[in-house]
Amino acid sequence: MTSFLSLHDAIAEYVHDGASVAMEGFTHLIPFVAGHEIIRQQKRDLCLIRMTPDLIYDQLIGMGCARKLIFSWGGNPGVGMLHRLRDAVEHGWPHPLELEEHSHAAMANAYAAGAAGLPCAIFRGYQGSDIVGINPHIRFIQCPFTGERLAAVPAIRPDLTIIHAQRVDRAGNVLIEGIIGVQKEAALAATHVIVTVEEIVDDLRVPSPNATVLPYWTINAIVEASGGASPSYTHGYYRRDNAFYTAWDAIARDREAFLGWMHEHVIATGPDTKLASPPN
Amino acid sequence: MEYSTAEMMAVAAARVLKNDDVCFVGIGAPSVACNLARLTHAPDITLIYESGTIGTKPDVLPLSIGDPELSETALTTVSVPEMFRYWLQGGRISIGFLGGAQIDRFGNINSSVIGTYEHPKVRLPGGGGAPEIASLCGQTYVVMSQTRRTFVERVDFITSFGYGTGGDHRRRLGIRTQGPTLVVTDLCLLRPDPQTKELMVTSIHQSVTREDIAQRTGWLIRFADTVEQTPPPTETELAVLRDLHARTERAHTGKAMPHAGSVGGGV
Repeated sequence: MTSFLSLHDAIAEYVHDGASVAMEGFTHLIPFVAGHEIIRQQKRDLCLIRMTPDLIYDQLIGMGCARKLIFSWGGNPGVGMLHRLRDAVEHGWPHPLELEEHSHAAMANAYAAGAAGLPCAIFRGYQGSDIVGINPHIRFIQCPFTGERLAAVPAIRPDLTIIHAQRVDRAGNVLIEGIIGVQKEAALAATHVIVTVEEIVDDLRVPSPNATVLPYWTINAIVEASGGASPSYTHGYYRRDNAFYTAWDAIARDREAFLGWMHEHVIATGPDTKLASPPN
Repeated sequence: MEYSTAEMMAVAAARVLKNDDVCFVGIGAPSVACNLARLTHAPDITLIYESGTIGTKPDVLPLSIGDPELSETALTTVSVPEMFRYWLQGGRISIGFLGGAQIDRFGNINSSVIGTYEHPKVRLPGGGGAPEIASLCGQTYVVMSQTRRTFVERVDFITSFGYGTGGDHRRRLGIRTQGPTLVVTDLCLLRPDPQTKELMVTSIHQSVTREDIAQRTGWLIRFADTVEQTPPPTETELAVLRDLHARTERAHTGKAMPHAGSVGGGV
């Protein structure tokens, strides 16, 4: 069952030090405000899971929240590298970061296996790639019917998945549209789910019988957070701030510049919470 | 008409794409080439980005693999697991168009680390979709600037398998697709030798010499028996390419605000 909570209370209740947390959104609908609240509440030793760590995990890693990262592509899309991630890997700053590295196909399959309640995902992949040699969780099995050698990776079952979505009705049913990424799989694979939304509405305005809707009983906490995916974007609400993604390169390249930016724009703005409109 | 080596590379890469190709597009140089092809000689080409957008026709080049333009102009947008399972693994994609940080003489691509994995000199973004694009698309094209740092004897890390150590290495691993059949650079086009699978130069761009290519290749480069000269960009190709870049530039500048997000209020 779902509760409508403030951002502060949702993060305080469901993000525990040492937990595995997936914050998904494939370029689109990245839950930035939720990540910022995790930083403000100084959560520690998290195992962060995300196909594309993006700026939000660069920030969490740089602020010392992460012990481990499970990922498949760790760049700033179209711009370059994530410098805080790189600094953690190359120099152990602010502390060493354990990596579990995959391909996109592996992680997408692993989330789907988690949602399906399976222990592992099986797919045709990793053939000839050195990634196999550096990640002991990548194994191979033989198809019992054809004998084909197929890759297997463990299902992803996060303690908590956080996603951002367009809107929720007052019962707590959530609509997601546009590039939907792996959010449905990540949510259904997790023990607990937090959804931040642009708005709470009386009528969900479901555009088609095949739209992506998460029923209220699959979600633990809903937080109203307009602009909650910025500087990524929310289809139908606001555009991706590509200029900011480009500007992040210079901010994140330097430790002091990074810390200064985070203190000014994240720490000093907190707790930045307001109780979401209660249902009814 | 004057043009840059980067423009020659984009034009040469665009020309190899056909109207009926179904193409899995990487960000950066591959995306430039694929959209240039769509805006010139291949208007019906199907462009697919790994964010799930199928048949997309963006007016400007996306900065990321999941920019709004991609889904807004797509025929349909599917989930990322569906993209990798049904469309890529299912064998529906004829061409994978990739870039990378390093490539070796057998077309293996590194986009993971420079140096060792445990203690990298440079940590790169990693594989993303590329390892399976390289093994599951019908064939792959690669587009990369050619220097001694990028064209190396052996890549530090095989992120995406090309021909391994050459010959029938792909088949021995059970890979059924063709692999990197073409590499487009700012100097030339390279294709694999039919038997050994070593990349060799098959076409040289205007005003580039064999010595230029040898100096900017980290192994003893071979030239095919017949080496063609790449025709220079046409006025139309250049005009369309420059328009595309200008529109993209305008679209990606503008707002660059600090983002702390706003919570609770419908600002």
